[in-house]
Amino acid sequence: MFIAQNITKRFAGVTALNQVNLSLPLGQVTAIVGENGAGKSTLMNVLSGVYQDYEGELIWKGETVRFANPKEAQEAGISIIHQELNLIPYLSITENIFLGRELTNSLGLLDQAKMKKRTSELLERLQLKVSPDTLISELKVGQQQIVEIAKALLWDSEVIIMDEPTSAISDREVEVLFSVIEDLRRANKAVAYISHKLAELFRMADRFVVLRDGQTVDSGDMQDMTHDLFIRKMVGREVQVNRRICTDTCFRKLLQVEGISLLKGRATVLDNISFEVGKGEVVGIFGLMGAGRTELLEAIFGLHNGNVRGQLSMNDEPVSIKTPSDAIRIGMALVPEDRKKNGLVLGMDIAANMSLTTLEALESYGLLDDQSEQALAKHYIKELNIKTSSAQQKAKNLSGGNQQKIVLGKWLATKPQLLLLDEPTRGIDIHAKSEIYKLILQLAAEGLGIVVVSSEIPEILALSDRILVLAEGKLTAEFPACDVTEDELLKAAIPPSV
Amino acid sequence: MIKEASVNQRTEPRLVPLGQSYWVKFQSLIALLILCVAISLVSDKFLTVANGWNVLRQISVNICLSVGMTLVVLTAGIDLSVGSVLALCGAITAGLLKNGIEWPAQNTYIGFTILGAVVVGLLVGALLGSFNGWIITRFNVPPFVATLSMLTIARGLTMLWTKGFPISGLGDTFLYLGTGWFLGIPVPVWVSLIVVVFAVVMTSKTRLGRYIYAIGGNESASRLSGIKVNYVKILVYTIAGGLAALGGLLVTSRLDSAQPNAGISYELDSIAAVVIGGTSLSGGRGSILGTVQGAVIIGVLNNGLVLLDVSPFWQQVVKGMVILLAVIIDKSNSKND
Repeated sequence: MFIAQNITKRFAGVTALNQVNLSLPLGQVTAIVGENGAGKSTLMNVLSGVYQDYEGELIWKGETVRFANPKEAQEAGISIIHQELNLIPYLSITENIFLGRELTNSLGLLDQAKMKKRTSELLERLQLKVSPDTLISELKVGQQQIVEIAKALLWDSEVIIMDEPTSAISDREVEVLFSVIEDLRRANKAVAYISHKLAELFRMADRFVVLRDGQTVDSGDMQDMTHDLFIRKMVGREVQVNRRICTDTCFRKLLQVEGISLLKGRATVLDNISFEVGKGEVVGIFGLMGAGRTELLEAIFGLHNGNVRGQLSMNDEPVSIKTPSDAIRIGMALVPEDRKKNGLVLGMDIAANMSLTTLEALESYGLLDDQSEQALAKHYIKELNIKTSSAQQKAKNLSGGNQQKIVLGKWLATKPQLLLLDEPTRGIDIHAKSEIYKLILQLAAEGLGIVVVSSEIPEILALSDRILVLAEGKLTAEFPACDVTEDELLKAAIPPSV
Repeated sequence: MIKEASVNQRTEPRLVPLGQSYWVKFQSLIALLILCVAISLVSDKFLTVANGWNVLRQISVNICLSVGMTLVVLTAGIDLSVGSVLALCGAITAGLLKNGIEWPAQNTYIGFTILGAVVVGLLVGALLGSFNGWIITRFNVPPFVATLSMLTIARGLTMLWTKGFPISGLGDTFLYLGTGWFLGIPVPVWVSLIVVVFAVVMTSKTRLGRYIYAIGGNESASRLSGIKVNYVKILVYTIAGGLAALGGLLVTSRLDSAQPNAGISYELDSIAAVVIGGTSLSGGRGSILGTVQGAVIIGVLNNGLVLLDVSPFWQQVVKGMVILLAVIIDKSNSKND
């Protein structure tokens, strides 16, 4: 039995796991369930040696262990199949599976034949009908997932952790995976299985553990559980966050989206989505990871030109948005999910980041007017309560909440009519979070149309007038925010597959 | 929306001590000063007015190239073709001046004034640069590869145009550009000075300049902010090409001859100036004035080594080590940036 006792893990002041207990008995499949951000992946990273600086202890075969890195964990018999694929695209399946543990012959050279033979056996067991010499880049995502599973099987580990293994694979491949898990159970291995797809868990799991807000809220036998019971335990808040009060306000139409579809390669990321946003209305978009939330905002903002089908209208006039600058001209603003990657130029100071969207207006006689630029920065530093010594401070030296406010400031400077917010409070502290909530509601009151994408249900409920739910690229439900339960939202977001 | 309670939050930004950043700002200037003192201690020919103008005249070409290179490098790109473009444009201007264009078959001859030949030379440089930029942005070719190809293409075109022979004897008026004096200062020095002033204003005071830094700092955030990233990149390579052509005119005029082998490995000297000047090859960080200091350091070093009678082979070794040293110092500085 692999046991985790009182595990606490903090990230820069944020407690991701708080006194979590978990046991993975041999010969059983343990389901680990929880909302986005409940701490599932963090816990798995502690178990598999990715994080070393946690409190509490791991007990394996009766002894306390602390792995210095994932390799040590693997050598001890614990391996993990990560949600994100960790494969090298231009190496073959064999080379990937044996990476870091290549077999050599008596001369110290690679024993290609033996490795290839072992790989073929594994692929056969997983019913993946491709040559072991195939490059990873030539495989479909689902097939890559299978290779990742093969990698874990090669170790002959006693504990196998699977983090959303079915998120990218077809139903047939899911069946193969389940038969493999069945084999593992019979071979007396311990399996930890993380999935949003509750139906899968009911089929496979013997036991369950529910995580919520970094804590273990319940564990027990799968037989005692029902679908609804799970959802209640995952959400489980007694105290409701103050949500928007229901009003009968009739919003004047601002944005109309008609039949937007997005194709990436052969995959349909967005499938014929239509909705409206009114002036002064906050529309929340909820969905699980990979539901297409971010892509929907990006498609509207002109970031996927050429792959997008559908029609947009602003103020009842059809518009064509091919690039972000078209979108900005029409009066849209997009605060991206990853502010470091897409929101800020980290090496530039606050003033330069804020003025980036509106430099044209800050010119006089073809030269930038330094005073206007500083005035703009000072205005939003004060308005948004950004904590900094001066506008000359580099963006990278500020905390997450203050960085997010810079991004908001640079977009408010464009005087938008429609604000698209993608996870506006991800990774920022509670105080900044409540400030941003207030700001969003205030902007809506001033007549802006606002779309908020969030994976946090309380956030969606606190901000939205109306909530749309996406699942696997499709619009699955629409609720008035004052009249929907968290269960209903989660039900609509969980894809019906299997 | 502002709450009083929030003032004493823990997010006080980290401050760099003033003394240190001050020193870092002037470190290449200090290095240059030390270099000058050292050389003048061992050679009495170094610290003379004549030698001073000589050094400045020599580096004026590299300054033209390096200014363009700085802009390109700030966008996280690189331009390896400047040496070849310099040769081609110098040869085109020289050829047009000397021979004009003849089509014997149609019995046509077009002669060129100096201005006409100079303008055509500059335009060809700009055109080749914009071709670089177009290839890079349209087909997503890495700048290294795109401009490496242009390096070969432009050199080949130079050989075709000159048939492998120098084009010499271009007339005294044209020579004024590379050898003349104006208000007591050599004309090439004026040219490079004007280029530098324009570039400094452009990078620090205009929208285009800001966009260049932003694209090098974070291309995806820039695109999302509505900046026309591809347009800016093409423009930057166009300017680099035009400035390479200007360098070509200076070289050709100074020698009174367009050499088919002109400008070989000049791209390396200009990259060296950019790097010594503290511009980051990964983009977004650096300055024109830094590059100018870099170019002067290389120029003084070259001049000093010649005056000290150091063998050309050793000169290369020393130059390489100086570049390494400059980058290592720069790296250790930027760590605590």
